[in-house]
Amino acid sequence: MIFWIVVGWVSFLVLPWYGVEDGLFAFEWLFDGYPWDADYAPAAFLIAQGEKLWLTPLILPLVAVLFCLGRVKSDPVYAKILILTGAAGFCWVFMQGFGIGLRGWQFEWLEALFGPLGDRQFGMGFGAMLLSSAFLFLFTQGIAARGAINGDVFVVSTIGLVIAIVTIFVFFPIAKMLVAAFVTEDGNYSITVFASKFFDDRIWGLSCLTGGPRCGVAWNSLFLAVVVGFLSTALGLVFALVVTRSNFRFKRNLRALTVLPIITPPFVIGLALILMFGQSGAVTKFVADLLDMQPSRWLYGLPGLMIAQTLAFTPIAFLVLIGVVEGVSPSMEEAAQTLRAGRWQVFRTVSLPLMRPGLANAFLLGFIESMADFGNPLVLGGNYDVLSTDIFFAIVGAQYDQGRAAVLAMVLLTFTLGAFYAQRFWLGNKSYTSVSGKGDSGVHPLMPRRLAIPVYVLAAVWASFTVIIYLMIVYGSFVELWGVNNTLTFKHYFTAFSFSFVEDGIRWTGSAWDSFWTTLKIATIAAPLTASLGLVTAYLLTRQTFVGKNAFEFGTMLSFAIPGTVIGVSYILAFNVPPLELTGTGIILVISFIFRNMPVGVRAGIASMSQLDKSLDEASLTLGANSWQTFQRVILPLLRPAILAALVYSFVRAMTAISAVIFLVSAQYNMATAYIIGRVENNDYGLAIAYSTTLIVVMLTAVGILQLLVGRINIGRRSGLGSK
Amino acid sequence: MGDVQGSVPNEVGVDMGEMTKNSKAASVTFDNVTKVYGKTVTAVDNISIRVDPGKLVTLLGPSGCGKTTTLRMIAGLEMATKGRILIGDTDVTTLPATDRDVSMVFQSYALFPHMTVLENVSYGLKYSGFAKDETRSRALEGLQLVGLKGYDDRLPSELSGGQQQRVAVARALVLEPQVLLFDEPLSNLDAKLRRQVRQDIRDIQQNLGLTVVYVTHDQEEALAVSDRIIVMRNAGVAQEGSPRDLYEAPVDRFVADFIGEANLIPCVIESVTAQIATISVGGIKHQLDARDLPAGSALIAVRPGRVRLTAEAGENVIAAKISKATYVGNHMEYIVEAAFGAVFAMSDDVVNPFLTGQDVGLGFAESGPVLLPGE
Repeated sequence: MIFWIVVGWVSFLVLPWYGVEDGLFAFEWLFDGYPWDADYAPAAFLIAQGEKLWLTPLILPLVAVLFCLGRVKSDPVYAKILILTGAAGFCWVFMQGFGIGLRGWQFEWLEALFGPLGDRQFGMGFGAMLLSSAFLFLFTQGIAARGAINGDVFVVSTIGLVIAIVTIFVFFPIAKMLVAAFVTEDGNYSITVFASKFFDDRIWGLSCLTGGPRCGVAWNSLFLAVVVGFLSTALGLVFALVVTRSNFRFKRNLRALTVLPIITPPFVIGLALILMFGQSGAVTKFVADLLDMQPSRWLYGLPGLMIAQTLAFTPIAFLVLIGVVEGVSPSMEEAAQTLRAGRWQVFRTVSLPLMRPGLANAFLLGFIESMADFGNPLVLGGNYDVLSTDIFFAIVGAQYDQGRAAVLAMVLLTFTLGAFYAQRFWLGNKSYTSVSGKGDSGVHPLMPRRLAIPVYVLAAVWASFTVIIYLMIVYGSFVELWGVNNTLTFKHYFTAFSFSFVEDGIRWTGSAWDSFWTTLKIATIAAPLTASLGLVTAYLLTRQTFVGKNAFEFGTMLSFAIPGTVIGVSYILAFNVPPLELTGTGIILVISFIFRNMPVGVRAGIASMSQLDKSLDEASLTLGANSWQTFQRVILPLLRPAILAALVYSFVRAMTAISAVIFLVSAQYNMATAYIIGRVENNDYGLAIAYSTTLIVVMLTAVGILQLLVGRINIGRRSGLGSK
Repeated sequence: MGDVQGSVPNEVGVDMGEMTKNSKAASVTFDNVTKVYGKTVTAVDNISIRVDPGKLVTLLGPSGCGKTTTLRMIAGLEMATKGRILIGDTDVTTLPATDRDVSMVFQSYALFPHMTVLENVSYGLKYSGFAKDETRSRALEGLQLVGLKGYDDRLPSELSGGQQQRVAVARALVLEPQVLLFDEPLSNLDAKLRRQVRQDIRDIQQNLGLTVVYVTHDQEEALAVSDRIIVMRNAGVAQEGSPRDLYEAPVDRFVADFIGEANLIPCVIESVTAQIATISVGGIKHQLDARDLPAGSALIAVRPGRVRLTAEAGENVIAAKISKATYVGNHMEYIVEAAFGAVFAMSDDVVNPFLTGQDVGLGFAESGPVLLPGE
């Protein structure tokens, strides 16, 4: 508690209140007129100079909170002071932030109330940020002192933190975005405008069923997502089974192979498919020559999208399912075997039902990923319109219709949230605790033969297909001009990644280096933040009960259900102006990644945490460890696979994401994917593919390093640890 | 605790000297405590109990009676909805588990699968502020106490069930808590081991002078280990007392039936004089302690061992017939058919047993039968 009081005072007295132009990590302000220059001054110095006087009330809570020093925790006054000062301070920081903007008062009624202001303020900086978090944590400590969640400061504080940042970075922009759905062209609000946009035939039309040209974009997306969800779940299960339940000799390689598509920017698979099956694709040409017919464009549209997305999302399902398949307690399967069930019966009646939560998760992920996928529809969509790209075109296209984009986003949100609830309903309240406090010493049975044969076949076919796709990508990056001039060349790599040695080191002369370093930096910053936020949230959701937990879960998962295009647009709407002025910085990219990818960390965490028996936590608590120590010493070590998955996933996603990024990049912070898409638009396929290949290699290396760092975990004898 | 793999059980006694008597052992007091889950499910309904320092008290009852909830409220894993909980003289009602000086042995043992045996046992010590050396030496001492010397580097998964259980006990024990809790600690052990382990737990408790609260649904286990037993039913306390009290003077048919086996036979209290009731049962008269019951219909509870069978009908015996006779080694078990129903009886006479179908006279031992209120 004392820590946060100190932080509060320091941020008020020492740190610059407003955002520093050059970003949070530039420290020129220290030497440039600090502490008196208004741009860099801490709040206290501003007030002392008679500027920004609306910051003065903040002194009150900062002083008031000192009164609880020296009081004991159980003193009701202690809690009261903390709650009041925390809440008052936090609210004031934000009220003044939203109330007073670049052009003085932000709202007309404020102006009417107080008269013209004649002053203005910029985006919040270090000081404001830390001060508000100090107030937030003082507030949560007050709540904890009053006995919420057994007075657990760690839990209450984390809940407070997660709620605050999710509100700021998920609800606030989305609210801003949705308000746009009701805005007419002249800036007023209207329901009829909304209704006419919502019931548009382009969204809900069903004419394709009756032989018309095309169906509404909503139906298109829904159909595609369901199919892709099923296919990727089924294939993911197939691979998970081969890896965990078979004697297949190369299953380690298989593991690596299935990770490949994850580390690939999604549109790259689309590009590779074009290289093979496009109009001038290798296979298309071969077949056309063989059968002597015109090369067709069948790939563009539903078939292509289906193949590309299934290729792209099967590994995600696999990552989810492998934990689940491994998590099914062998002793249950062994029990079933001893109950005279054959291997097939065991699988059908015990293993499969126990995997059900995992299967549901995998399907949900596939469904939502497909709904939100932006890269593949952009490259392969053809005439098959889907929601995510339509949103994009509604905003960047000639029509520039924010309202329509918002309406499409709402439709999309409804679908994905619907999927989310259906899955929860289906799972019900079943508990699938598998790793109990007792060490498990069983061994997973092999797959029943009836299952094994089709599984092997499917796995083999899909694996070889994937291999071919990747070979095409690598090969394509060395080809001068695909389909026209097939000579091999290093030209693309030179253009992108050339460098030269000069006296003072290396000069990065290639055109891609800029975006490459930026991407690497941003992904490296975002990954651990994403993983920790996700896992902490998962911990709160599975291990703690508190009022409003369902709303909390909804909030944290919401950002996952929002397609990146919408995130991108809403972030621009919300964070272009004070108090949170973030556009054009690297921070907004990091933040967008954190909230885009956090739900995966949450899911992974929940899936593995619900397999850890709760008595482990309780044992730790009764042994005198507090909840933070329990989290750190008991939960985290047992979650290492989930942590790895979350880290890898968020790192890779940060490097490969395109949909939100395309709105948020700036000249200073350009990302690799945005750069590649730019090359694709210029028909510079060679460079685009060469760059993508490089990204894939880099990410493979990163994944490998992470795997080494996090290490493997041994729980049972089956993982083959030798006894000393 | 003795080593299952053949070491001498009384090594316990040898080791015991190394750990001093626990001077921290404290009482536990429940003051009108109620626990409601959600809005409607009352798990514990307004109970007041007291556990004296240095005693082993068992919470006994069928599943769903609220005994585990009670235990978890002592641990601080559940918070009381109403009422006060005291450990020693301190009010801990709102104190979370971390801050209570209580440790618990879980039914599932809850050993941390990713830590070795030694790390598991050291876990609580580390958070109690002991220095590294001290932590290690105490943990090793604890392991020795439970007879697991030399198992430090094993993982829980490399131990047998009994060994895991003892690690769990050691882990809780080394903290020398004010109160030690056991949540059905023997339910995952085989029968023979169970007798051994419960004896060991009792020995450790008595030697170290620990306050122990022990939850079980096994009445024999409860009778064997406890100083006092609290029988729970439907979220409340049915009866509290020493094992002998409960066995010999149950307050109602629930307790009589739950603690040991009892034949519940309807009877009529004909008269009460000076707290001695004269009852009529199955046509005979019998005199016993009235236990404040008025004249009228009642029940008597008779333990199988207190049923007297005689070869021929006679004075003050009920005519009955053996419907089943079973030889179980050290005694005979009979099902006897009388006018008021079947009676389960045991007899030490295995040399001249009654035969199935034989007519016998059924009577009751002088002390033994207990009057209970009727329906």
